[in-house]
Amino acid sequence: MSVDPSLIGRTYPPTPPYEVGREKIREFADAINDPNPAYRDAAAAQALGHPDVIAPPTFAIVLTIPAGHQAVMDPEVGIDYSRVVHGEQKFVHARPVRAGDVLVVDVVISDIRAAAGNDIVTTESKVRTLDGELVSTAFSTIVARGTAA
Amino acid sequence: MSLEVGDQLPAQDFPIHRVDLVRYAGASGDFNPIHWNERFAVEVGLPNVIAHGMFTMASAIRVVTDWEGDPGAVIEYGVRFTRPVVVPDPEGAVLNVSGSVREIREDGLVEVDLTATVDGQTVLAKARAVVRPPA
Repeated sequence: MSVDPSLIGRTYPPTPPYEVGREKIREFADAINDPNPAYRDAAAAQALGHPDVIAPPTFAIVLTIPAGHQAVMDPEVGIDYSRVVHGEQKFVHARPVRAGDVLVVDVVISDIRAAAGNDIVTTESKVRTLDGELVSTAFSTIVARGTAA
Repeated sequence: MSLEVGDQLPAQDFPIHRVDLVRYAGASGDFNPIHWNERFAVEVGLPNVIAHGMFTMASAIRVVTDWEGDPGAVIEYGVRFTRPVVVPDPEGAVLNVSGSVREIREDGLVEVDLTATVDGQTVLAKARAVVRPPA
């Protein structure tokens, strides 16, 4: 059964605040095998003009995947998660995520369509500080294979 | 630095082994068993364990961030995942990434197109970053 396109625009409550720690950034940078000192050394990051160590360009996924699960797992959206693959991903950064940020994520379903028998759902996740400063917007498109028949 | 459309960024090769996927699962929180459990991956119709798309995406942008120097200069980065990166044990896989300047905007920002292949087959399409150019 296809996902109901009238659910486009549905929003979900902000996620619990997530405090970005230096060691979490280091762990993530280690996990992508990226030795860039800006991810580990505050002095190196400051030499580039950042107040503290910064996170890699895709780090926000640590927050936005769980946030997006609110939509993906929404029973009214009705996606068969066992058939889901990641179709597209995009980040638009107002600034890099950095150590010390306390971030919340607001998710909205921005698109629903069916193509070639697949349900294709796009979520837009706004990553903000507790003060409301927009840090990043993440666009995730997931494809549920063969579920729109 | 004087940039022109078509300029090539230094290409890089990124080896990927199972342990990388296990480490990425832990760091990212994405424990989908298709990324570490061969039995499960085969049961759901995959040829073998596949890399997290986000691991491939994170690796590919290094062609831009290593060139730029400041990873905070990446303003936008998007990809389409076109083909899974199969990671057999123990051989692993090698991701080949190259980049070229697509456009230099009036505001000075640079659009870079990335090409990401494994064994000559494209694994990321529409892979594009918008970046402040190197000083």
